[in-house]
Amino acid sequence: MSRAVLSGNEAIARGAYEAGVLVASAYPGTPSTEILENIVGYPEIDASWAPNEKVALEVAIGASFGGGRAIACMKHVGVNVAADPLFTLSYTGVRGGLVLVAADDPEMHSSQNEQDSRNYAKFAKVPMLEPADSQECKEFTRLGFDLSEQFDTPVMLRSCTRISHGKSIVELGERVSGLPAPKLTKDAPKLVMLPGNARVRHPLVEQRIVDLSAYGDGAAINRKEMRSTKVGIICAGVVYQYVREALPEASVLKLGMVYPLPHNLIREFASQVEQLFVIEELDPFIEEQVKAMGIAVTGKAIVPLCGELSPGRIRAAFAKVGLAEAPAAADSITEPLPPRPPNMCPGCPHRGLFYTLNRLNAYVTGDIGCYTLGFMPPLNAMDTCVCMGASVSNASGIVRVLSPEEQRRVVGVIGDSTFLHTGVNSLMEMAYNRVPATIVILDNRITAMTGRQENPTSGYTLKGVPAPEVDLAELCRVLGIEHVRLIDPNNLAETRRVLEEEMARPAPSVVITRRPCCLIKDATRFSPGPPLCIEPDKCTGCKACLRLGCPAIEWLPSSDGKKGKARIDSLLCNGCTVCQQLCKFDAIIHQQG
Amino acid sequence: MNDKITNILLVGVGGQGILLASEILAEAFMLAGLDVKKSEIHGMSQRGGSVVSHVRFGREVSSPTVPEGEGDILFGFELLEAYRSLPLLRPGAEVVVNDYRIAPPSVLLGQAAYPDDIPARIRARFPDFLLVDGLHLAQQAGDVRAANTVLLGAVSKRLPIDVAVWQQALEKMVPKKALEVNHKAFAMGRAL
Ligand SMILES: Cc1ncc(C[n+]2csc(CCOP(=O)(O)OP(=O)(O)O)c2C)c(N)n1
Repeated sequence: MSRAVLSGNEAIARGAYEAGVLVASAYPGTPSTEILENIVGYPEIDASWAPNEKVALEVAIGASFGGGRAIACMKHVGVNVAADPLFTLSYTGVRGGLVLVAADDPEMHSSQNEQDSRNYAKFAKVPMLEPADSQECKEFTRLGFDLSEQFDTPVMLRSCTRISHGKSIVELGERVSGLPAPKLTKDAPKLVMLPGNARVRHPLVEQRIVDLSAYGDGAAINRKEMRSTKVGIICAGVVYQYVREALPEASVLKLGMVYPLPHNLIREFASQVEQLFVIEELDPFIEEQVKAMGIAVTGKAIVPLCGELSPGRIRAAFAKVGLAEAPAAADSITEPLPPRPPNMCPGCPHRGLFYTLNRLNAYVTGDIGCYTLGFMPPLNAMDTCVCMGASVSNASGIVRVLSPEEQRRVVGVIGDSTFLHTGVNSLMEMAYNRVPATIVILDNRITAMTGRQENPTSGYTLKGVPAPEVDLAELCRVLGIEHVRLIDPNNLAETRRVLEEEMARPAPSVVITRRPCCLIKDATRFSPGPPLCIEPDKCTGCKACLRLGCPAIEWLPSSDGKKGKARIDSLLCNGCTVCQQLCKFDAIIHQQG
Repeated sequence: MNDKITNILLVGVGGQGILLASEILAEAFMLAGLDVKKSEIHGMSQRGGSVVSHVRFGREVSSPTVPEGEGDILFGFELLEAYRSLPLLRPGAEVVVNDYRIAPPSVLLGQAAYPDDIPARIRARFPDFLLVDGLHLAQQAGDVRAANTVLLGAVSKRLPIDVAVWQQALEKMVPKKALEVNHKAFAMGRAL
């Protein structure tokens, strides 16, 4: 059998392939994105991006109802968007097996919150598996499909950043064969969830949880590892790896299924150790249930609630109760070092817009994407950011409480992918209720933040097949927005003029900034302009160009007490010319030769 | 081989090719028959932010991340990021750093200075320190883009793996047309 070093996401994709999955649907979101990006490498699977997570899950549900195995993948907050179908899918159950992957992001490496997806499993009453390395990612994905069909339930697979983006060695297997061929089957009592039918289904859902708990008592994925019986630890997922490293002597109950819990197995383990602990990231999810069973256990009293765990953090927690040696204090660097936050790329089409919003003293209700970086200095042009789609509805809400003077300052900004994700409904609200806010759609033709995924404005699909392009301007008009303007954000004069006009207008309006993302690799869609440079003799050191915060422009302080000068790194410059438009002294020119 | 796990940290700036370098490392450890895990953060870090990739190998590896203060080898792609990461290392760790600086935003804006003499400051804490002129050597090998491979060559000498295995890993991970330059760059780094 062949082996490979795979990330958790690659291994989940492999597991879906080996499980005979026919349909995969997802909306990108770190750390889940690469699952679908790897599934697309298996031509047997119909893999595609959906405009949002609710749609992705519903596509998978449809495929399952047709009798095919299907997977939907999303980041933790995506499950909020997909929660509506999820809760009723729990009642209908499945025909073909269905796995929903939720990738959590403890520590918020790339997220706006660190919600714990395990609560969804309990809330929706569906089983949840949690792998601890890439091998388990593959195996648990396969197992998820079997359990899904055996127990007539969707199965959630919970990953996290360290599992999804961690790599370890995986043994590869073959794709299963002989699954029943999909075909239409009428089964209204199971699939039509009206009150009369749902009332019949609900007790089945409750019984399913009891049955799954009993399954968990004997399942190999929940395993006891008995070592010293002084300390016993219940844990799951990547935390198991940290525990093995931090407390190598401790006995461990490693859970592969974190909901429902295997009650008998937990009782047995608890009776075999002197002191019982639950170590888990984020919420006291297992701990509270073990306590509800009447078992004495310590968890969040010593383990942090917020952020990621690590072997060091676990050792520190156990040192507090005298059960481990405190980790040696790390060597530190005392002098302040300049931080290195992420920044918009050189030539990013979002930069000119945020520069202009800053100059116009706009109050910007923001949204999620690369353009969220517009809040960073020196652009400083974003004032709120809640969740995808919220920019438009937040703008609509905020103007309702403001004076006409202040109303004019409100501008909502939203990316093309985010607009199609959940902004369309919000704009419909704004148009419908005649709310006089200005919305800017930053149309860079791609979902850039998560790594350049295709979306319905891109003109092609995940598989690279040409697709109809959503006409954003037309879409806004049919929603009822009368004033829709299309501009080039790299033209600063035009951007300023149009924004001024639309902000002053006491009616709903939309400005679409159309310019492809400079990370798009295909030269027919984006090609950089010739790089610029600064003529030192003409540069007066006024620093106007620095206000753009472009990574290609550097300030060179002078050593002899005179004014410094700016310099452009021609290797980084994408030739967007925005800085050139700002220079009053014509010091920024195209390179000679 | 004993139970000791070796902890390698690769640090630099998003966009420098750190992920590929750490993939090549992981591939080589697997080919050498060792257990290996690696971990890093994608996402926001790609937009020019700090990047730290963890690679661990040994007979059996549990945690995919290196516990703080237990790094054995630091593989720095950029000076400031290498310096910033020193607290992740154990005393006496080995440090190999590319002699290359990328100004962070506050330095670009003239609001902060890029710390000078970083190499001397690193050496003061970690005497086992090698500064590599990766760009220059890569140029000699035939392509500046092979700078990371020069560094990889320099790091490889500190790891218990045969040259043949490294070559195999390169062949698997590097595009065919760039292979010759990369083999050359690797050998130059290894000769340092
Ligand atoms: C519900 C939800 N799903 C997914 C994400 C992850 N995510 C953050 S921004 C973004 C897309 C941004 O694309 P776009 O709006 O086109 O802006 P760009 O990055 O291209 O500027 C995604 C998918 C999220 N934060 N929330």
